[in-house]
Amino acid sequence: MTVNAIQTRRVDPYSPPTEHLELQSDEPVAFLDWRDGRKAWAITKHADVRTMLSDVRFSSDRSNPDHPAHGGYVPGAHKGAIIAIDPPEHSAIRSRVMNEFTVKKISLMRPRIEEIVSEALDAMLDGKSEAELVEELSLPVPAMAIAELLGVPYEDHDFFQHNTSLFSDAHIDPKQRGEAIAKLRDYISELVDARVNERGNDIISRQLDAGADAEEAVGLGFLLLIAGHETTANMITLSIMTLLDKPDLLQQLREDPSLIPGAVEELLRYFTIAEVGGLRLATTDLEIGGKQIHAGDAVFGLANTANRDPEVFPDPHTIDFKRGARNHMAFGFGPHQCLGQNLARLELVVVLEQVIQRIPTLRLLDPLSAIAFKEWGPNYGINELRVAW
Amino acid sequence: MVSAQIVAKRETCIGAGQCVFADPDAFDQDDNGLVVVLQADPASPDALARAKEAVNVCPSRSITLLA
Repeated sequence: MTVNAIQTRRVDPYSPPTEHLELQSDEPVAFLDWRDGRKAWAITKHADVRTMLSDVRFSSDRSNPDHPAHGGYVPGAHKGAIIAIDPPEHSAIRSRVMNEFTVKKISLMRPRIEEIVSEALDAMLDGKSEAELVEELSLPVPAMAIAELLGVPYEDHDFFQHNTSLFSDAHIDPKQRGEAIAKLRDYISELVDARVNERGNDIISRQLDAGADAEEAVGLGFLLLIAGHETTANMITLSIMTLLDKPDLLQQLREDPSLIPGAVEELLRYFTIAEVGGLRLATTDLEIGGKQIHAGDAVFGLANTANRDPEVFPDPHTIDFKRGARNHMAFGFGPHQCLGQNLARLELVVVLEQVIQRIPTLRLLDPLSAIAFKEWGPNYGINELRVAW
Repeated sequence: MVSAQIVAKRETCIGAGQCVFADPDAFDQDDNGLVVVLQADPASPDALARAKEAVNVCPSRSITLLA
């Protein structure tokens, strides 16, 4: 069986690729032809993916030439890029920044996130009756939230938002995308230089106070931007698409907005946009799911399939806002679990609250069959979503 | 009578805050983001269920429930 985890099509926008689901039922830990002539272990059951992601004997060190992600596109691949390193270096950097993302701190951001969403919706609704949602809502909201976190000065917001939307634009040519990324990297680098001289009330200043050097602060800033922008945008777009496509679900949230946080959790589980939940390199021989894995083997967990595991989520292909299941792996698992997950949740909750409240007549302009989905990874999502009201 | 003890390992905690969502009565995070146990002995079956959920969702497996 040949499965390229990154390049497997979804035949149904609501379902993981059939090949992935088949792996889960037929061979939950499978040694497959992968890419570059290499083989890799695909792990598809919830329990096994959890075990794999929380076992540090599976290395995340992407500087190792044997690591399956080595040589690939590694955003912010330098000192602050905590996705690409192992403990103890990983633990040291993460522990310095994780106080920024506590449940309490993120909840204090709610008023500002509400303003950001409200301003994006004001602009989208202004004198119009239709819009392209990705450009007008899904991308600007996380861009502005990250700008807030990084302490981007107000006068730079247009520059920041423009270039972050360019790097997420599916239709742009790679050269233009590269230029946008370079501009943002330079921008963050200048922001860090400015903070080295004069601190502000932002994450960069606090990291410098806590002992980060400038290079680390740039790496972290860029990682936050990459990790928190397009991912959140994809979830905003997919969530709104789902509510507009399935009016009974929308109706549930209209009647009882207190269901929104649970709905966000369920939509995160259901779509699991980071389909491949962690590429790792086995550093020792070990057994997982009854299979013997050897030192030097490449391993990846299919989080999208794990989150549809019927042993953990009964009736897994049904969207159930009252499921109450938080043990999904939409944000990964183990020491590398998404640092910004609570901010992402807050953004999604506020977007759904305001969209439902402010635009009761919102509808899709195109059938699902005409919507361009991001089929070829690394994150599942939607390129454009035309809506009207 | 419920008899169990929540034990949290701060040295492996990664500050994801999932325990706080699962059981805000039993867990908090300190100024560094590290887990703090507010209520170590679940006093009711509900509290025990929430503590089990916290154990289940902790990404770094830093929480255990001793029977």
